[in-house]
Amino acid sequence: MEASIALSGGPIRRWRPKPLIENPWTRYAVYLAAILYAGIAFGTLDINWARAAEGFERGGRFIAGFFPPDFVSKRVEITEGLIESITMTVVSTAIGIVLSIPVALGAARNLAPLPIYLFCRAIIALSRTFQEIIIAIVFVAMVGFGPLAGMLTLAFATIGFMAKLLAEDIEDIEVAQAEAVRATGASWFQLLAWGIQPQVLPRLIGLSAYRLDINFRESAVLGLVGAGGIGDTLNNSFERYEFDTAAAIMLIIIIIVMGCEYSSSWIRRRVQ
Amino acid sequence: MGAAETPPPGLMLQISGLTKRYATGDLALTDVSLTVPDGQVMALIGPSGAGKSTLIRCVNRLVEPTGGKVVLNGDDITALGQGALRRARRRMGMIFQEYALVERLSVMENVLSGRLGYVGFWRSYFRRFPQADITEAFRLLARVGLDHMVDKRADALSGGQRQRVGIVRALMQNPELLLVDEPTASLDPKTSRQIMRLVVELCGERGLAAIINIHDVALAQAFAQRIVGLQGGRIVYDGPPDGLTAEVLTTIYGEEDWSKTMSKVEEDAETEPAV
Repeated sequence: MEASIALSGGPIRRWRPKPLIENPWTRYAVYLAAILYAGIAFGTLDINWARAAEGFERGGRFIAGFFPPDFVSKRVEITEGLIESITMTVVSTAIGIVLSIPVALGAARNLAPLPIYLFCRAIIALSRTFQEIIIAIVFVAMVGFGPLAGMLTLAFATIGFMAKLLAEDIEDIEVAQAEAVRATGASWFQLLAWGIQPQVLPRLIGLSAYRLDINFRESAVLGLVGAGGIGDTLNNSFERYEFDTAAAIMLIIIIIVMGCEYSSSWIRRRVQ
Repeated sequence: MGAAETPPPGLMLQISGLTKRYATGDLALTDVSLTVPDGQVMALIGPSGAGKSTLIRCVNRLVEPTGGKVVLNGDDITALGQGALRRARRRMGMIFQEYALVERLSVMENVLSGRLGYVGFWRSYFRRFPQADITEAFRLLARVGLDHMVDKRADALSGGQRQRVGIVRALMQNPELLLVDEPTASLDPKTSRQIMRLVVELCGERGLAAIINIHDVALAQAFAQRIVGLQGGRIVYDGPPDGLTAEVLTTIYGEEDWSKTMSKVEEDAETEPAV
């Protein structure tokens, strides 16, 4: 290395990547503060090692209760729960997508005038602010226990999710293509169908498949607050200490979620 | 052609006092007045930012002019409401820089999109265009040598092929006037000449007037009947192609050694007989 530098003749020009924080005093002060904070924070944790050791044993017994998983003795309840969950998922995803499209159009700044834009963004914000569980509790209070509450919850959450991501895709379209369609004398709806839909359709399909997968997972959780589906069945089996049935239900959920995951990523790859 | 009430004979487009100020405060066009007679192919040259694109977009109101009047074959475009404006846009075919085809649609769909102003929403949505439109699409695609690619997706075509599709889309509107925005900006020199020749030939065949924005002075001189030079949003030259002297080019573009461009222009003029 020295030799090659010597050959080039000039003075040695060294180089190091620029640090994130330029001033070395500030830099090391920040590192020190971070380490100190971590140390103090760890110190405030009150860990009772004896209790933890005892807990390990109890946790072990709890997990042992899951084996062997029992698919058979509650098969009617499991099947009913599953069918309810799948129905809830499909219906809520379909309704959510249909409702999210006009919201997405309104929430795209390049299509909508400012008042409509603000209104649609407010719908999206409202739908995204609250966790599904909280929305589900509200709907359970409104329409009672059962899958209707779960379906309404998932449809509502789907609107915010789909509309936000679709609106962002609409804002990213190639303006020239839409402009060319406008220049032919096309109406506003023709502009949507010819200038914008072809550009965002792959994203819409991909997002729909992804949301279907999310909604199934959520439907399993929503049962915990009485919003119907396989989650209800799971919750009941825990309450009756039927851990072997609970294990079977969880295995089924895992398999279905994995199936959704693979098929939705396959669909997304295919539609480009 | 359009059923305009007593158009002034032979005047396809009259622009008077056209001014455009963008929301950012930039004055893109200042009091531009221009008349294009029937069947004339006019090249609009000028440096980037001179207002060439704004000018042709003000003609079909893709950009709303701030002031002035645009009259197409006797109809005041600037006074039209939304519905009437859409009907007026059918009469002005537009060809774009970088083609502006809808990439995920097929060649045929892109071509038929030129008929959107004539076909209702549901018919267009389900691609049920009248047979006359489809026959015309095949005829024009054959004319530009692309009738074997109707079902190819637009993004699978080469640059020259895409621009041909763009030209056919504009012609499908059965326009009276072509607005052409930098048609050769992303094409190689040979394809650029072919595309320019095709546009000029088609204008000749159909008796169309055209305004062509173009960067390449030599191409403009070789193919246009008239040159208009735009600088800082004002017209600084309006005359025949051979009137572009070094002084004129300096007024349009600024100080530069124009002798190279000029000599190239003369060679081109010799090898390329005026169309």
